[in-house]
Amino acid sequence: MTQAIQASTTQTAATFSALRCKECSAEYELKAIHVCEFCFGPLEVVYDYSALRRTVTRESIQAGPNSIWRYRSFLPVASDRPIDVGTGMTPLVKTNRLARRLGLKNLYIKNDAVNMPTLSFKDRVVSVALTRARELGFTTVSCASTGNLANSTAAIAAHAGLDCCVFIPADLEAGKVLGTLIYGPTVMAVQGNYDQVNRLCSEVANTHGWGFVNINLRPYYSEGSKTLGYEVAEQLGWQLPDHIVAPLASGSLFTKIYKGFQEFIKVGLVDDKAVRFSGAQAEGCSPIAQAFREGRDFINPVKPNTVAKSIAIGNPADGVYALDVARKTNGNIESVNDAEIIDGIKLLAETEGIFTETAGGTTIAVLKKLVEAGKIDPDETTVAYITGNGLKTQEAVQGCIGEPFTIEPKLDSFERALERSQTLDRLEWQQVLV
Amino acid sequence: MSVKVLIPTPLQKFTSDQATIECDGATIAELLDALEQSCPGIKARLCDDSGQLRRFINFYVNSEDIRFLDGQNTALQAGDEVSIVPAVAGG
Repeated sequence: MTQAIQASTTQTAATFSALRCKECSAEYELKAIHVCEFCFGPLEVVYDYSALRRTVTRESIQAGPNSIWRYRSFLPVASDRPIDVGTGMTPLVKTNRLARRLGLKNLYIKNDAVNMPTLSFKDRVVSVALTRARELGFTTVSCASTGNLANSTAAIAAHAGLDCCVFIPADLEAGKVLGTLIYGPTVMAVQGNYDQVNRLCSEVANTHGWGFVNINLRPYYSEGSKTLGYEVAEQLGWQLPDHIVAPLASGSLFTKIYKGFQEFIKVGLVDDKAVRFSGAQAEGCSPIAQAFREGRDFINPVKPNTVAKSIAIGNPADGVYALDVARKTNGNIESVNDAEIIDGIKLLAETEGIFTETAGGTTIAVLKKLVEAGKIDPDETTVAYITGNGLKTQEAVQGCIGEPFTIEPKLDSFERALERSQTLDRLEWQQVLV
Repeated sequence: MSVKVLIPTPLQKFTSDQATIECDGATIAELLDALEQSCPGIKARLCDDSGQLRRFINFYVNSEDIRFLDGQNTALQAGDEVSIVPAVAGG
């Protein structure tokens, strides 16, 4: 259990000074805006890296809280008291059984299935976004979500005492809906896919003056994902891995892990090293993988049809940047079908005791596919990012993992069941009364 | 052939801070020209030098992305709602 539940009290000067367009470099004040007025390119936070280089050391980070806020100097908040609900510093697990099964020697799982407080990587981005939202004076926060973000925004808004209204596609898994409603936000279940939800939210953001974490607060929000890069570097003993595999939805997480590694190199916290970046998509929603395969530098949007709802974004905002990162790092972007995704969930659970959701199943299935295709060297130090928890998407695996034996409270009933368990295929156990 | 156009915040300085305006056009391409007539300067923000829509801007007709329709040639009917949305959002 993390001990970082109280806010950090360390006083640090702000290390960020402006927003800058990633495309045309136009600069803007640090307000709640997310795109360039001239070319509509995304805005990025500008940091003073020479100041960071002078003031941040491995020791100063290690002396910080056991949460993402140990990296506060690299995050776009000015507050002395960021919203710290123990987010981050999740386990980096060196796998043995999964590595052996796949034929790898140095495979790690970054396990955000147990991130706090809502069991997905989204708690990282939301902790940053809501801290910044409070600084900018918002009293109502909102988001367009495939589920995990809604859970996280609702929970952390509750903790911070902010009003909250979230928008989700109406067909989400029950666990994700319940795991939002419990915190008491207003929930809009939109009859449409995520891309339609997102468009609607962009329109609402124009008119309602709310802080949408992944729209008008997006430049701040997305920076939270860099902590997935920082933590892996620190947990590997202040060095970078050789290869990472992560799920791609909008592509933001992927590009921000890359940015996190680059920043640590830039300020001298780790040695420079070429890290390969490989991305995972579900075949039923794989616009970035298709562009990668076809050698395109633009994304054709698709209409999602996959069990992996958490990453079902047909019109990915950072798709072109994810393509660029995969190509320039000599990585790959691959897709897998729904059956392979379920097998990926089961494989991770059966070999490492980690129950992930469909995005994690996609990542493990793509990892396996890349190894089988010879695209990951067995000696590479490889990190697979598991970003969400399987208890939220139980429908996905229902019917694919068997059922318990139902037995009478008698020794011979147990003995007969045990014998059958050793002779029957697992899925034939279903609802057998022995 | 009047359609309703939803204007994103970064472009509202061209529309006197109006979030929606009425405009005419039989296609998206014609609508762009009509928008320029009533809000001078707006087309250069939406299109590059060759007249193509910028890569970070999406157009929707009655909630459908025009890339699933006929792009800039997508036909418009009276009463349609055209939404202009920055592409970088969500995720």
